[in-house]
Amino acid sequence: MHGADTRKAIETVWRLESPRLIGALVRVVHDLDLAEELAQDALVAALEHWPTEGVPDNPGAWLMTAARRRGIDQLHRRQLIERKHAAIGSDPGYAAFTMPDLDALDDDIGDDLLRLIFTACHPALSGEAQIALTLRLLGGLTTDEIARAFLAPDPTIAQRIVRAKRTLAKARTTYEVPRGEALKARLAAVLGVIYLIFNEGYAATSGSDWMRPALCEEALRLGRTLSALMPREAEVYGLLALMEIQASRSRARTAANGTPVLLMAQNRALWDPLLIHRGLAALERAQQLGGTSGPYALQAAIAACHARAATAEATDWKRIAALYAELARVSPSPVIELTVPSPSAWPKAPPPHYPWSTRCATSRRCPATTRCPPCAATCWKNWDAIPRPASNSDAPPNSPATNGNAN
Amino acid sequence: MRCMVMVKATRESETGVLPTAGQLAEMTRFNEELAKAGVLLVGEGLAPSARGKRVHFDGHGGRHATDGPFAETKELVAGLWVWQVRSMEEALEWVRRCPAPFEGECQIEIRPLLEAEDFGAALSPELRAAEERLRAGLASRD
Repeated sequence: MHGADTRKAIETVWRLESPRLIGALVRVVHDLDLAEELAQDALVAALEHWPTEGVPDNPGAWLMTAARRRGIDQLHRRQLIERKHAAIGSDPGYAAFTMPDLDALDDDIGDDLLRLIFTACHPALSGEAQIALTLRLLGGLTTDEIARAFLAPDPTIAQRIVRAKRTLAKARTTYEVPRGEALKARLAAVLGVIYLIFNEGYAATSGSDWMRPALCEEALRLGRTLSALMPREAEVYGLLALMEIQASRSRARTAANGTPVLLMAQNRALWDPLLIHRGLAALERAQQLGGTSGPYALQAAIAACHARAATAEATDWKRIAALYAELARVSPSPVIELTVPSPSAWPKAPPPHYPWSTRCATSRRCPATTRCPPCAATCWKNWDAIPRPASNSDAPPNSPATNGNAN
Repeated sequence: MRCMVMVKATRESETGVLPTAGQLAEMTRFNEELAKAGVLLVGEGLAPSARGKRVHFDGHGGRHATDGPFAETKELVAGLWVWQVRSMEEALEWVRRCPAPFEGECQIEIRPLLEAEDFGAALSPELRAAEERLRAGLASRD
């Protein structure tokens, strides 16, 4: 293998293995920053050894062993320093240091990846920090790649990640996969982060930086991973169905001259049948699990109505209107109100808890609207300019229901 | 990117011999790994070519069908996956981890699927310009 080939092979292996490696390290050392540092040490060891010795048969186990060796060295040093501090009594506030059991790294308890997902989407973090950390820890994206994807300067993203890790340490995070009631709320946050990543990518039209469409793929990948890890959670499948069906239209969303093509005008022959099939299967699974009225499953069911219609005229608007009504009932949000014709209920301004749009720095982001021309996606700029439907009716083809987030 | 990963047939696979319980268990484990990594889109095994048919297009509007089995065993496909990967290197890395599909000599072939960007390359300057216009707010979705 040539040097460049080996480097590429190492990078590839690293992106595949680092989430589980960092997840296992976090479980044992209870410190995300330290876990990442030890994982990086393992990567350095791989860069030293693999070019001459070749990539090992089981690179995951190799990296784990390397991380453990470096961890033992480093933690012994830390223990020594802290003992000295204690002995001279210089810092009585210093918490007693307990050596983590690094041999536990080899216990495959199967939820290290989930642990990392829930850590990255921890409620102590801001939405933007959750996204950055998720892409960095789960997607293996570099700071530079995340910065390009979000059209933000490099140092901003780097700072965001450093601060996020500090916040987690301060919040005395337990780094455990939540259970029972806590799981429900935490899972909703995870799904929200994945869908935001998807929308950031989906909003970009072809011809833009490839990093933005790559966000769609990363989000889909995360959704698929999550569905394999949590096969009993209906809304995981609901979100996966929604993303698969939306992604199935990506080829049809732009005309040859680059202008966006609305859902009703799209050439349905360009829709990707494999993704539609996967989306419908995921939706069916969500429904089997009793998740018919979850907000993502409902949005997926609306998307599925379009996916099933062979022509725009064949669209089942009655069913779509009923699904929107149900969606407004279970998840009252401005997005839903936008799509259900009841103009008086529309808010005048974005609710304060919506995070800032990364693209239109002056506007707040509305998670699922796709109406802002500069963003092409997710913000409140020009909110007032959106034409309001005149009366209550089944959503006709030109209402916001059809050219809003449905395209 | 997506790629199709094809397990090529062997003389044994063409006789219709099914995998042993051990082989099946190993392959199932591998498929689970693919699913957990969010890579697996499709995974199917194919019946031997004896149950297949071929249609020959003669280039002058004529076509005729022949029944299997077909002779060139090594070129036949015995099973396939469609994977969503970040690069061909990643696909190669997954194949490296794949249990040997058959005993003895056999082959797996990885081929990228053509995606939208493969068709639209000629249009990219125009598309880029359109994207710029979009960003500048001159074009709208309505």
